[in-house]
Amino acid sequence: MIELKNIVKKFDEKVVLDEISATFLPGKTNFIIGASGSGKSVMMKCMVGLLTPDKGQIFYDGIDFVALDYNQKKEIRKQIGMLFQGTALFDSLTVEDNVAFPLRMFTRMSEAELLERVNFCLQRVNLMNVNKLFPSNISGGMKKRVGIARAIALNPKYLFCDEPNSGLDPLTSRLIDELILEITREFNITTIINTHDMKSLFDMGENIVYIYKGKKEWEGEKSNIRNSGNEKLLEFMRASEF
Amino acid sequence: MKFFELFGKYTLFVLSLFKRPERRKVFIKQTIHEMNSIGVGSFGIVSLISVFTGAVSTIQIGVQLIDSLVPGYILGRIVRDSNILEFSPTITCLVLAGKVGSNIASELGTMKVTEQIDALEIMGINSANYLVLPKILAGMITIPLLVTYAMALSIIGGALSGMGSELISIDDYVKGLRADFKAFSISFALIKAFTFAYLITSVSAFHGYRTEGGALEVGQSSTKAVVYSAVAVIIFDYLLSEILLSV
Repeated sequence: MIELKNIVKKFDEKVVLDEISATFLPGKTNFIIGASGSGKSVMMKCMVGLLTPDKGQIFYDGIDFVALDYNQKKEIRKQIGMLFQGTALFDSLTVEDNVAFPLRMFTRMSEAELLERVNFCLQRVNLMNVNKLFPSNISGGMKKRVGIARAIALNPKYLFCDEPNSGLDPLTSRLIDELILEITREFNITTIINTHDMKSLFDMGENIVYIYKGKKEWEGEKSNIRNSGNEKLLEFMRASEF
Repeated sequence: MKFFELFGKYTLFVLSLFKRPERRKVFIKQTIHEMNSIGVGSFGIVSLISVFTGAVSTIQIGVQLIDSLVPGYILGRIVRDSNILEFSPTITCLVLAGKVGSNIASELGTMKVTEQIDALEIMGINSANYLVLPKILAGMITIPLLVTYAMALSIIGGALSGMGSELISIDDYVKGLRADFKAFSISFALIKAFTFAYLITSVSAFHGYRTEGGALEVGQSSTKAVVYSAVAVIIFDYLLSEILLSV
């Protein structure tokens, strides 16, 4: 479980996150939604440690991540997998080496064990016979799947997905959504998805945090979203009707 | 003021590099890969430039000495000293500032804007240490080797052009090469090469690593890397000459 308590982040004098508190549950798909520029990405970057909040606490299963030193943070980070909007695959490495990368850095696996784990992760995301290809040789949907395979290679407890469907066709989007949902349930991962894709939210969302201009406007279960009574959220949903 | 800010950021960046690598095996593999990219990849251009630098310097100095009372072998000695002390280390490193510097900056800049560096950080890897330290180490191993190779090749180029243009005989040229030879000249050239190698790789990596934005900014970082490393090479060329030669 991840808990945010009164997170504040400013860039110069501009307040981007204003006293945000939220809870993200394990084994569930936790969505952060909001318009572009609302602070979703900054919130996610604070949670994974790419940015340091000016105020507030971020608890990973009760451990205050913000208060930890570099080496202590590293131990938490090894339990984090992240799927980036642009996949962020290492383009000088093959698909196999991309997935093997965290295993090579943090485990003492033999090459045979490593290859077995890589193949398991690739099969789990329905990718076969792509081991020796480079990211530039595969499609956008395949890159996302390799990104997921890399993110789950170390059996993470926490999975962050930044706009997992951006730039994908509807069928591939659904495939990626289903995959994230399956993996979340299968491995009981705390999954946090940052998106403004409402279709994705209605297909697989469970817990939802709605951010508006750096403030948390609403938090709750998907079943309650239409009855939230929050005018800004309802307006956001109406604008996203498909 | 801006210079001091930039220098401060560069110093902090360099300090962040020198941490114990996450996995020694991976670090060694990365360093060997970079040695291949920086060293072997620059072999052709360094060969071409060295031969022609030696050849041109022999002709230009030879033309000025012709019909003078200076003995013929002096040409070989001047070519030797000018190439070992200055042309080979400095010109080679200026060319490498362009080739290697832009390569390092654009590679790191692209990794930054495509979030590959963020991916490393999230995994708990010190990205600067993992990506940059092998490049600096590889540069400091291979660039002095390239400079040594350039020194030899420029002297050979000088001999070929001297004989070809009948400015000097091979016997006089060899006599000149051996006349009053100071081993410190080689040490001086290698000290320069080590210093320039560090400057080229670290300055270029610094500019690549702090790229923000997109393709346009990657190009700008690459240009800055080349300009700043070339300026650093020239300044340190003067400083090292002043400190080590003017005693």
